[in-house]
Amino acid sequence: MPTIIIDNREFEIPGGVKLNCIQAAKLAGVEIPHYCWHPGLSVVGSCRMCLVEVGSKDAKTGKIAMQPKLVPACNQTAVEGTVIVTNSEKVARTRAMVEEDLLLRHPIDCPICDKAGECSLQDYHFAHGQDQRRADLQPFTSRRRDIGDVSLFVDRCILCSRCVRFAKEISGTSELMVAGRGTHEEIDVVENHPLHNNLSGNVVDLCPVGALADKDFLYRQRVWFLRRHKGICTGCATGCSIWIEENQDRIHRLKPRENPHVNQWWMCNEGRYGYPHVHSDKRIVHPIRHQRAEGFNPSAECETNAAFSGNSSRGDKPLGSLSHEILDWTDLPTELNQVLRSSKHLGAILSPFLAVEEAYLLCKMLRGIDKNAMLALGPIPVVGEDEHFPKGFTVRAEKCPNRRGVENVLTHFTGKIVPYGNFLKSVEKGEIRGVWVAGGYKNDWIDEPTAKTFESVELLIVQDLFPSPLSERASFLLPVAAFVEIDGSYVNHADRLQTVPQAIRPPLGVRSAGSLLWEMSGRKGLYDAQAVLREAAHEILYFSAAAGGVPEAGIDLKSNLLAGMGKIEDSSKIQQA
Amino acid sequence: MNANDKRIRWVKEPALGMAGKSYLLLFVQGLATTLKHLVSRKKTVQSPEERHEIPDPIIYRGVHRLNRDEQGRVKCVACFLCATACPAHCIDIVAAESPWPDREKYPQSFTIDELRCIYCGLCEEACPVDAIELTSLYDLSGKSREEMIFDKQKLLSIYDQTKDAEPTRTERLKGEGGGGKAE
Repeated sequence: MPTIIIDNREFEIPGGVKLNCIQAAKLAGVEIPHYCWHPGLSVVGSCRMCLVEVGSKDAKTGKIAMQPKLVPACNQTAVEGTVIVTNSEKVARTRAMVEEDLLLRHPIDCPICDKAGECSLQDYHFAHGQDQRRADLQPFTSRRRDIGDVSLFVDRCILCSRCVRFAKEISGTSELMVAGRGTHEEIDVVENHPLHNNLSGNVVDLCPVGALADKDFLYRQRVWFLRRHKGICTGCATGCSIWIEENQDRIHRLKPRENPHVNQWWMCNEGRYGYPHVHSDKRIVHPIRHQRAEGFNPSAECETNAAFSGNSSRGDKPLGSLSHEILDWTDLPTELNQVLRSSKHLGAILSPFLAVEEAYLLCKMLRGIDKNAMLALGPIPVVGEDEHFPKGFTVRAEKCPNRRGVENVLTHFTGKIVPYGNFLKSVEKGEIRGVWVAGGYKNDWIDEPTAKTFESVELLIVQDLFPSPLSERASFLLPVAAFVEIDGSYVNHADRLQTVPQAIRPPLGVRSAGSLLWEMSGRKGLYDAQAVLREAAHEILYFSAAAGGVPEAGIDLKSNLLAGMGKIEDSSKIQQA
Repeated sequence: MNANDKRIRWVKEPALGMAGKSYLLLFVQGLATTLKHLVSRKKTVQSPEERHEIPDPIIYRGVHRLNRDEQGRVKCVACFLCATACPAHCIDIVAAESPWPDREKYPQSFTIDELRCIYCGLCEEACPVDAIELTSLYDLSGKSREEMIFDKQKLLSIYDQTKDAEPTRTERLKGEGGGGKAE
């Protein structure tokens, strides 16, 4: 473990990894301000904000030799005996000078700038800048330019070139450049080649000032009104760690959360802007009981979709020969339990959008009622092909968050995974009389002919976000909470399990699948996703690594499984004994 | 801050003298105040026929107004600083990109719940462009709670009503030669 001396204090930094002085100082609890440096990008040392005094301590004599000039901390590797001084008069003066220079032509339009409140320039100016403006320039407005996926406020830019390096190194598309020379330098794109790629949203997060603005978020909220919650993106099987930023239960933006094992610092636009379905007014927001009349032909009903969503004014009217009644959650778990128990030959379809806990509770409950219940994995949405980016970031073609998790729960209960097609055949043959469909798909997942197969089923319970051809035929249609509204765990394509808490409350009338199944399986108190995961971890070998809780970056189930195989076998023997 | 901080100046209560201890002087002083008010000019006004005289309308904290700029557009830039400063959370703004080329952002909707407002004046203090100001209108009434939620149109109309009697802060500063805030 190399020892460095920072501000007259000795500090041990972890060995084996290359850290620059900014990172080493951060570990020691000292913040070195910086604009152009970012851990995920190459070093350019252009902003000069991280200038510090650096020296080295001779290991033999113990003598400290300082370098005569200030050195950018971002480009200086911290090694054994490195001496960093960040609190000297010289460093403070330099920081104030850099700040003054950056603010010379920076428009003071903070009141209308979306970055205000989380702006490095603001923060560093308060911490290191001068109180008085010496320049007589008082720019107040910024030119704005549309450069493709994001908006560029030209005059707010401080030329840190993070966005340019991002487009070159991470997305590999190189749309952005610094045009002009000297004080005329500006970020720009080549004509007819706008910034347009699936990672372009990240340049907004990278921008330390308000120069690059998210078109989706522009002028929607001031950042200090937002509360952030940990989340997982459910856009594809990568399962990026994200921040969910909301105000009064309305999501305003999603941002990537640093996770070295999954997404590093990035996320794709598809995931970033993939939340509006949560607030869609087409969502199912009431549990509904349908009574099917004899000779009813649901395919003739073309306008039923609208009526199923809670916002419809025609909510209580019977539609054709189909009548439906909005139910109350209070007695529903008991009623569902009764109808399930009176039905023979149960089956269930579990969508890959379910959390591990929900899938486990559902399988456990149905197998408890009918020990031969047929459990199948729902259709896996696959769109196009995996999109790979130069530094390894991948947007998966598999557009669901938890195929691996649900598959492993199913394998535990059924021995092998029942393909969706086989399940449909069994339904068609009439082998299954009662079906529970746990959906949660973001978009259309079942077509009219497939849904028609389910007409022969006596009891059809459908849990879903949006009306579908299947939901029209359901005996019980249950609303379900979206990904930001649940406590739960997802397993990504690489067998990494991540757990997140609920970020926002579901709309009125919606109850999460987990809490319904928790009550239906006779558990007392409020839904406790962590307890369910612990239970699943003790019962299912694949999830065993999650028994002791899940760290923020998630746990790799596969490698833990391989490494701990022997131990678990031993402990199970002990338990049996 | 510690009790033994050098910057704290401890002040002792002055000891009472003979006159103070007897309370006689204080008694006379109190009675003099009462007698003075008995003979002085009456302060009560027969509202609403008579109007209250407001000594300085500029510093009075009555109903809000939204100022207009030189071109008659709403001056507000929808920065939400008034809503942030508001301790009663009575200001609700929906911001949007402005339809004008020289302005970036403007309030699509701007409502103040006048019933929830505590008339503290923090919104006025927070405003970077002197767009929201408190006027000297004090007798606001309505038939319903909804009516008392003032929207942009209503707040602008209050400006039109009061602009002559009460110049905006920007105009006053210009008059004093101090120069308005840069915009």
